Amino acid sequence: MTDQTTQTGAIAPQADRSRAASGGFLGLGFRDFRLLMIVVALTLLAPFLLNPFPEGSAMAQFNAGYPDLMQRFVIFGIFAIGFNILFGLTGYLSFGHAAFLGVGSYAAIWMMKLVTTNIIPGIIASIIFAALFAVVVGFISLRRSGIYFSILTLAFAQMSYALAYSVLTPITGGETGLQIKSTDRPFLDNLEPGQIGRANLFGIDMRASQILEVGGWQFTFNVGYYVCAVVMILAFYMAIRIFRSPFGMMLRAVKSNQQRMNYTGLSPKPYTLAAFVISGMYAGLAGGLMVAMDTQVGPERMFWTASGEVVLMTILGGAGTLIGPVLGAGFIKYFENIVSKINSDILHGWFAFLPDGLEDFMVAIVYPFVGKGWHLTLGLMFMAVVIFLPGGLVEGGQRIARLFRRRKAADGATKSAAE
Amino acid sequence: MGILEVKGVNKRFGGLQALGDVNLSVAENTCHAIIGPNGAGKSTLLNCLVGKLIPDSGSVMFDGQSVLGRKPHEINQMGISRVFQTPEIFADLTVLENVMIPCFAARDGAFRMHAYETVEAEADIRDMAMTMLEDVNMAHKAEEHAGSMSRGDKRRLEMAMCLVQKPKLLLLDEPTAGMARADTNNTIELLKSIRDRRTITMCIIEHDMNVVFSLAERITVLAQGTPLVEDVPDKIKGHPKVREAYLGEAQV
Ligand SMILES: Nc1ncnc2c1ncn2[C@@H]1O[C@H](COP(=O)(O)OP(=O)(O)O)[C@@H](O)[C@H]1O
Ligand SMILES: [Mg+2]
Repeated sequence: MTDQTTQTGAIAPQADRSRAASGGFLGLGFRDFRLLMIVVALTLLAPFLLNPFPEGSAMAQFNAGYPDLMQRFVIFGIFAIGFNILFGLTGYLSFGHAAFLGVGSYAAIWMMKLVTTNIIPGIIASIIFAALFAVVVGFISLRRSGIYFSILTLAFAQMSYALAYSVLTPITGGETGLQIKSTDRPFLDNLEPGQIGRANLFGIDMRASQILEVGGWQFTFNVGYYVCAVVMILAFYMAIRIFRSPFGMMLRAVKSNQQRMNYTGLSPKPYTLAAFVISGMYAGLAGGLMVAMDTQVGPERMFWTASGEVVLMTILGGAGTLIGPVLGAGFIKYFENIVSKINSDILHGWFAFLPDGLEDFMVAIVYPFVGKGWHLTLGLMFMAVVIFLPGGLVEGGQRIARLFRRRKAADGATKSAAE
Repeated sequence: MGILEVKGVNKRFGGLQALGDVNLSVAENTCHAIIGPNGAGKSTLLNCLVGKLIPDSGSVMFDGQSVLGRKPHEINQMGISRVFQTPEIFADLTVLENVMIPCFAARDGAFRMHAYETVEAEADIRDMAMTMLEDVNMAHKAEEHAGSMSRGDKRRLEMAMCLVQKPKLLLLDEPTAGMARADTNNTIELLKSIRDRRTITMCIIEHDMNVVFSLAERITVLAQGTPLVEDVPDKIKGHPKVREAYLGEAQV
């Protein structure tokens, strides 16, 4: 009996490896392919999954399946996936990635104002301009490592914010930012006089939605969301490929021991710079998509808190894991948009079944953690994750899975012992 | 003319003369040992050879080219690999990945944007790394996390990482320190077989005199940053100057 278990134990990883090596599906190993398929299913079915409560029910305020928010989930997912390629793999903590998001947004809106309201050229421009800016910022910031690197990137981002806000007003629109106006005449579009161009994909309006009503439920399928979802799936796929490539292995080597890298004939700097530029391009792409969904941009998009947010997302979800950053982005955006909307009236509604005094007491206790106090809940959650789950939400999930597996194994053992 | 020629190298740390007018010539495909008491400047000398330190004066020629002013990764690509006194490995990676990285470095150079292929698909590199691990008896640990191994295993891994590059010159800084007796014997056997293949020049710093006398063909004794004598092992054993330098230290 024991013999058998040790034998299968020894063979299992071997089989796993050969399956991973056989690849087959899109050049991914079996487990990565399964993960990709899960992400594809979740993003494509999001309009259902995020609206589990019937319209008009008391729980309906927890529904997150409206286009605006779903778009934000996937756009920030892209931002965090890219950030994780730099931070998760190389360990270099950039505190200025919002600058690339901003540059991407400005590039996209100019493209839409001047060339065409079709979103494709705008998105391509956002990636290119973010890449160019990332080459400059990365080249200079990567002269230092650790906290000095973080401070340099922060300085660059705050400088960009300040410039966009003031000196560069002719390009950035200063404080008010840029919008698509009726006076914009993109030269590839044939707009009627006075007509305002709308973001579109070869004529399909980004804001177009199909609403499906089933019983009390209402599901919204929005063109913009699906465009973002497809882009995020592609971005996620590319991230997996990078993680599993020799290049990705070198990035992990950078994080592990740069000294050994040097004495092994490898130059860490170009590897780190490449990772920096790639993650800057992801940020630019996210910025471009933001403009494609909502055709406006302001300098606050580059403010340091925006750079900090993506750091939180990545760490909360699990830095260095594939799916973690996406989870982290979803969590934070959900809190920001849903938990923040719970006001004291809603709370009174929830606790109405209690006697008056107790009702007020419960509301008083819960109130600081919701509504405008959502930052408090998020902060506590973040602290708990960093202290108890250094691997983020992904580690939490893995621990739960292991617990179940152990229980199953224990069940099996008692059963066979009984036999 | 040796493959490695060190001439008149000086290195000061503040008031301390760590290396004073060091001359050293290592013949191709031989094994040369550097011995000397603690603090004699042995590690400092190796640091000057691999670009970790730049000597204040003097010249270091390898294979007819100067190494001074080159970056560590350029010097490695010239054919010099080094095993450090405290093991330098990729602690967060697996043992196999640790050995694959130098294989990539040897094949692709200091940088290659290798983002599209998968590591899984690199069968040649994988085979090369696995063969190396078999040579050092570590194949069964290939999937282990390198950082959680014993110090002896880390050293053996580091040696595998250097050897798989097929360097022209292998520098070893106390490769058996912290190893169990059995591991030490294995290491001696491994290094002997490398020496006897006559394709790699070795320069070894070692405290264990058993190791030194069973491996080295020439020995340089360093004391207070200056070479005292250089000779074949038999002459070094009874040399009065060496006894003097080692007084109270190991028995020579
Ligand atoms: N980077 C450094 N900075 C200052 N002093 C150093 C440095 N490296 C070595 N030393 C000093 O130089 C002397 C020689 O050191 P080392 O070469 O490590 O000796 P060993 O022969 O034991 O390897 C020692 O006194 C040591 O303290
Ligand atoms: Mg030393």
